[in-house]
Amino acid sequence: MALSFPKKVYKNFIHSFPILLLFFIAFTGLDLSFFFLNINFSFNFIYILIFFWILKKPERLGYGLVFFAGIINDVVQNFPIGVSSINYLLLCSIALFIRSRTLVPSLMYDWAFFVVAILIVSSIHYSILTLIFDIPIRYGALMFNSVLTFLVYPLLSKLFYQIYIIDLRQENAK
Amino acid sequence: MAADSGRDDFIIAIRSAFLKKGTRQNFSLLTLLIISILVLSLEYFKSGPISKLRSITKDLIFKGSFFVSAPFVYAKDQYFLFQDHLNMYEEFTVLREKNYNIEKIKNEIDFYKSENIRLKKLIDEREIASENYLIAKVLLDQQSPFLKSMIINKGYKHGIKLGVAVKDQSYYVGKIINVNLLTSRILLATDLNSKIPVIIEPNGINAILSGNGNNLYADLEFLPKLNEIEEGAIVYTSGIDGIISPAIPVGKVIINDEVKYVEFFVNYNQLKLIRVNN
Repeated sequence: MALSFPKKVYKNFIHSFPILLLFFIAFTGLDLSFFFLNINFSFNFIYILIFFWILKKPERLGYGLVFFAGIINDVVQNFPIGVSSINYLLLCSIALFIRSRTLVPSLMYDWAFFVVAILIVSSIHYSILTLIFDIPIRYGALMFNSVLTFLVYPLLSKLFYQIYIIDLRQENAK
Repeated sequence: MAADSGRDDFIIAIRSAFLKKGTRQNFSLLTLLIISILVLSLEYFKSGPISKLRSITKDLIFKGSFFVSAPFVYAKDQYFLFQDHLNMYEEFTVLREKNYNIEKIKNEIDFYKSENIRLKKLIDEREIASENYLIAKVLLDQQSPFLKSMIINKGYKHGIKLGVAVKDQSYYVGKIINVNLLTSRILLATDLNSKIPVIIEPNGINAILSGNGNNLYADLEFLPKLNEIEEGAIVYTSGIDGIISPAIPVGKVIINDEVKYVEFFVNYNQLKLIRVNN
């Protein structure tokens, strides 16, 4: 039975949700930061998005597209072009490694591995910026960002999981 | 035996993560990582065809970003418009209570201006800063905690130069840090890496205005230990660096727990059109 047009759009939207969201965040430079008690709270949305979807369904995020999202992010955020691509692709490889080593996936395991992954990726990111490009960095602020990204992960992964389930249902309904 | 198989599994997992293409993937992660490193190494070429290509790529991405973020910019504008409407009556009451004598103030300013020009001629001081400016439209307003910058729709094709000051009406906004063919990036005075030489009047104290990521105020660094700066003192650019024009008003001093800050004159949330000195 042929699907109606709105249903087709909805299905395609759910199917390409991770990649659409990735490019949307890369283009707009959205970081969902806010000030509270004079402290700037922000987290890296893209790290969570990539890590979650590579763990659950790597075919939804093409590596080539992740690479391009990194290039766009670098231009928008004024980083040397290629830095974010390296970060995202490293995060992909860590997530793929964890995926191939995990027998029974659970949120707690994912969360624990996520902190290791962002620490590795952030260290490489800061090393490239400071050692090669001599860009001044406030370690305290960036560390705070990494900690907050880690803390927010369960919340966003629950949200992404619902979308993943809807996508899975649509796929199985074929 | 068990250790050997464990090590094999580990190597297989690493190999599959980096080398395996996976379903619906055109490239392996290793290939893309190598391409990324190559792209990154191109950053060392600051001129020539690679720089031109980079500049065009940036222009294209900025235009794309402008279109993608257009609905959000519209929503933000509507929010500030609504806030302005709410504050209108309050502002009107404050303005009505103030006894302005604009004509008298204008005449005084004209007198000081002509006196200043005459005195500068006497001491043979050359005007380094240019009074010419370009009006540019803000394409992108990039305000994350680590980067406070804006993209404008004028580039080196329009005569924009690196390092020059950007103003909103007559107030300091930031300086140009990146020039592409059709677009440029402004580093706002609120950015963590923004350091501009300033002079605090009426005492004429020199200091460095350092952004702290906050849109409302910035820090003052390298102030003399014994200073008599009072709350409300006006902070201007000093122009010591020879690039940013002198005497651009930046903000006024506020004192909190004996620490001096500068409250900006510019509202960084509502910048649409700005002036670039050239």
